[in-house]
Amino acid sequence: MNPARPNPLTLQELTLRLQTFWAERGCVLQPPFDLELGAGTMAPETFLRVLGPQPYKVAYVQPSRRPADGRYGENPNRLYKHLQLQVILKPPPEDVQELYLHSLGAMGIDLAHHDIKFEEDNWESPTLGAWGIGWQVMLDGLEITQFTYFQQCGGMDLSPISAELTYGLERIAAFLEDVDSIYDVNWARDPLSGRTVKYGDVRLAEELQLSVYNFEAADVEKTWKHFDLYEAESKELLEQYSLLAKGDKSSRPLHGQGSGKGVRRRFPLLAAYELCLKCSHLFNILDARGAISVTERVGVIARVRALAVGIAKAWVDQQLSQPESSEEGEPAEIKPVVPLSPVAY
Amino acid sequence: MPDFLLEIGTEEIPARMIAGAADDLRRRIENLLERERLRPAGELAHLDSPRRLSIFAPGVPAAQPDVSEQLTGPSVSVAFRDGQPTPAALAFAKKAGLGVSLLERVSTPKGEYVAARVIRKGRRVEEILSEALPKEIASIYWPKNMYWRKPSERFVRPVRWLVAMLDDQIVPIEFGGVRSSNESRGHRILAAGRFRVPAAGAPYIHALRGAKVLGQVEREQQIRNGLDKATREVEAARWREDKPLLDTVVNLTEWPSVILGSFDREFLELPEEVLVTVMRDHQKYFAIEDAKGRLLPNFLAILNTEGDPQGLIRHGNERVLRARFNDARFFWQTDQKHSLRERVSWLKNVTFQKDLGSYYDKTRRVQRLCSWICEILRQNGTAVRPGVIHKAACLAKTDLTTELVKEFTELQGIVGGLYAQVQVLDRDMPDTTRQLIAQVIYDQYKPESANDPVPRAVEGAVLSICDKADTIAGMFALGLEPTGSKDPFALRRQANGIVRTVAEHKLPVSLGQLFELSRESYRGSAAEKKFANARNYDQAIEGFFRERLQFYMREHLGLAYDVVNAVLAAGADDVVDVLARADAVGTVRGTADFDSISVAFKRIKNILRQAKETGRRIRPLVDPGAFREEAEQELGRKIPEIATAVDAFRQQRDYARALAEISTIRPAVDGFFDKVMVMVEDEDLRANRLALLATLLKEFSTIADFSEIVAEGTRN
Repeated sequence: MNPARPNPLTLQELTLRLQTFWAERGCVLQPPFDLELGAGTMAPETFLRVLGPQPYKVAYVQPSRRPADGRYGENPNRLYKHLQLQVILKPPPEDVQELYLHSLGAMGIDLAHHDIKFEEDNWESPTLGAWGIGWQVMLDGLEITQFTYFQQCGGMDLSPISAELTYGLERIAAFLEDVDSIYDVNWARDPLSGRTVKYGDVRLAEELQLSVYNFEAADVEKTWKHFDLYEAESKELLEQYSLLAKGDKSSRPLHGQGSGKGVRRRFPLLAAYELCLKCSHLFNILDARGAISVTERVGVIARVRALAVGIAKAWVDQQLSQPESSEEGEPAEIKPVVPLSPVAY
Repeated sequence: MPDFLLEIGTEEIPARMIAGAADDLRRRIENLLERERLRPAGELAHLDSPRRLSIFAPGVPAAQPDVSEQLTGPSVSVAFRDGQPTPAALAFAKKAGLGVSLLERVSTPKGEYVAARVIRKGRRVEEILSEALPKEIASIYWPKNMYWRKPSERFVRPVRWLVAMLDDQIVPIEFGGVRSSNESRGHRILAAGRFRVPAAGAPYIHALRGAKVLGQVEREQQIRNGLDKATREVEAARWREDKPLLDTVVNLTEWPSVILGSFDREFLELPEEVLVTVMRDHQKYFAIEDAKGRLLPNFLAILNTEGDPQGLIRHGNERVLRARFNDARFFWQTDQKHSLRERVSWLKNVTFQKDLGSYYDKTRRVQRLCSWICEILRQNGTAVRPGVIHKAACLAKTDLTTELVKEFTELQGIVGGLYAQVQVLDRDMPDTTRQLIAQVIYDQYKPESANDPVPRAVEGAVLSICDKADTIAGMFALGLEPTGSKDPFALRRQANGIVRTVAEHKLPVSLGQLFELSRESYRGSAAEKKFANARNYDQAIEGFFRERLQFYMREHLGLAYDVVNAVLAAGADDVVDVLARADAVGTVRGTADFDSISVAFKRIKNILRQAKETGRRIRPLVDPGAFREEAEQELGRKIPEIATAVDAFRQQRDYARALAEISTIRPAVDGFFDKVMVMVEDEDLRANRLALLATLLKEFSTIADFSEIVAEGTRN
């Protein structure tokens, strides 16, 4: 018998409840970002949306992959890939903490019977040139959420700032269901038959096989090659953007023949960022594989950071160069862009 | 005389910052009231919790006292013509707000002037506070702050409400977009929402208590009582006192209570260090022990709520602790799959510092340095086992590759020691040797603070100082020495550790030797190419350690500052020797002979300094043939005689007897100053007398610079 709740929510129910809660408070619900990410923060819906002046509210589940954290499915508390529910509130409302506490109620946690504390925990990602101030939220001694007020992103001060709430869904589910292993969490319950599908049923094979891949099987040489390719492409784009921003007309065909804001607006910085995210994940695999030496490590992190920070700066520039409405400033004579030629490989 | 209250309501302030900020705020308000001539009737009081900093000043004057001021106007000759006021006088009278007839005349050194006596009305206290408080709030010092509206508005966390009152009246202020009111907020869960503060002072405290918020003093008491009470549920048990932890939980709660939880007895097989670290550092639980000091399978958790009637909170905490302990056990078992010896080469992949290479590089350097230092110790008669140190140094950093240390970084060193205890390090190694190696690894980071003991064995002391010296040497050579409040690598703490370890183990090795060899150990390495500060290295190290030694002697040993200065002026290289000298000087300080010597030496220093400043010649050597007076002959005779005896004792480091010898020079010195004039017209005679004094100073300042000693009569 579970003393926490007589009839606890399954993982998917609590996810749905949280999403509904935030949707009802004006958040855009996004599907998970469809590339490998180390954390919900890296999704463009956070990393790029927190830049610039536009208010925004979004919530999404983000499967977050951390190759080095894999444990072949043998550790009851550690996962290669875990689920984060990420909420961005830009700017944060004054009662953001109260809102957050209400969201716990939505999951069936009655705070009158629990102990909740906000303990200092600041967050920093040198790779993203980002940091923030905040807390880890402790419920009966369990860290259930990271609460961060972003201060900088891509090396730039933010205005307005954003509040980021990151719920650790597996932990919360294990807490609600009072099980000692994440793999015993009920992912879903069939309302007709009452039969449940466990977390382990859904994910154990993935944990095992991806641990094997990340720690043993990943081909180091090819992974490096992938890294280099993605990096080169991202960098190339970034360089083109910077020429464009400087108004250099002698450069690549990507500008079309127009000039000014309209051309900038269609420049695929989002693609450059996706390529950068690929690099970040590949770096994590190489790291888990033990393939990065001390001397290399700092350098590789700096390479990913250069991309992320460069893209963030370019993105801000691109946002600021947006015409107020789509009718103005759009040069009519732009020809279709020549597809981006693969860089020489 | 209204009572004044300011409450800054915020989101949760980091526990570690609350006490400091509360103190800073109290000082600021105290200074503000003093500066504005609004001194309160009694002491200021403060009340802090995670969500508020409150300050209370009883009986503040309603307004500043009025001040009578004299304004000086034009000169009388300009102000009056033929006894009639001129336009200048009229303008001045108007400015002063008086009729011309009320103007006075004053005499000044420049002549007679027209003056006006005016009363400047004191400003009202609410006006002053309204204006000044926002600035004071903004200036509170935080180790780390943030912005949430504009980058120029900073505080530790967002400010959400402000209460500023004089008795029951609101003082209007604004900070961070929040306007003051008489509405405060209570405990997040137990008293959600706002409550009205009836008035500053006791009514505020009372209302706050009603809203389930206690002051810091009451919270500490409540927690202590709760710990006692919960511990009584376990037979013959006591909770482990832990002041830093207590301070933390006091500042994490507004309405604390304590629950007792338990964990499976089988976890007691894990080392106590691991269990306690998990409980204290990660969960903020107090540990419970039996009468013999052995850990019991229980813990005490501090809640920020009224209690746990259903046991839900206990259940949750037990579940978390079980997971943490399971993790620790899992890591412990996983780590055993690879021995520490295997892990040595893994250190190539762990960065020590980006320019100083990997921990593998560091391991090799420290091993080399240890063997050199062992050689010096042995030559100087200290028994030490170099083989033990060599092996310990080799394995010392390998625990950085273990899962347990990756999870619980604060256990570095300790985990290595624990693993070495249970692993086969060498097939033929006697068990006692292995235990010693394990202990040396375990102790390598000691002392970590002023209260932490130094390594137990001399072998541990050697590894500890060599490891720290390697870091300091590398960082100084890179030019990354600590400056001001910036010391990101905690080099000062590490240097303090070296000083204390050398002192307490009485290691016969000088700092100069240690750091020359530390530098030597980098020779030929890739790191050396990055050394930007090669030239100033010796000087920088020397200055840095002189300060550390001074700190240790004053703060740790509590020695008088003049003794410390006197002794360090005679050399700061050999820690053990410095302390022996300080000990001897401390004993004779204040005796009549040394008071007199110290006064005389100060005088000599002044004479010599003035002579140098005015370009007077000082003979390089004393010429005894040039003495004229009896007293100078006497001093000239005594100096070499006594100096020889002093030197003999000094060589044997028998400083008590050396100082006793020095004291015998006093009659000759006194006699000299009674009878002999130094700064005479005769240039040769003067040059010789100056030479005599210079010799005296030089010969007798090798143990301490006595001129630094503050003589009894002049001491505070």
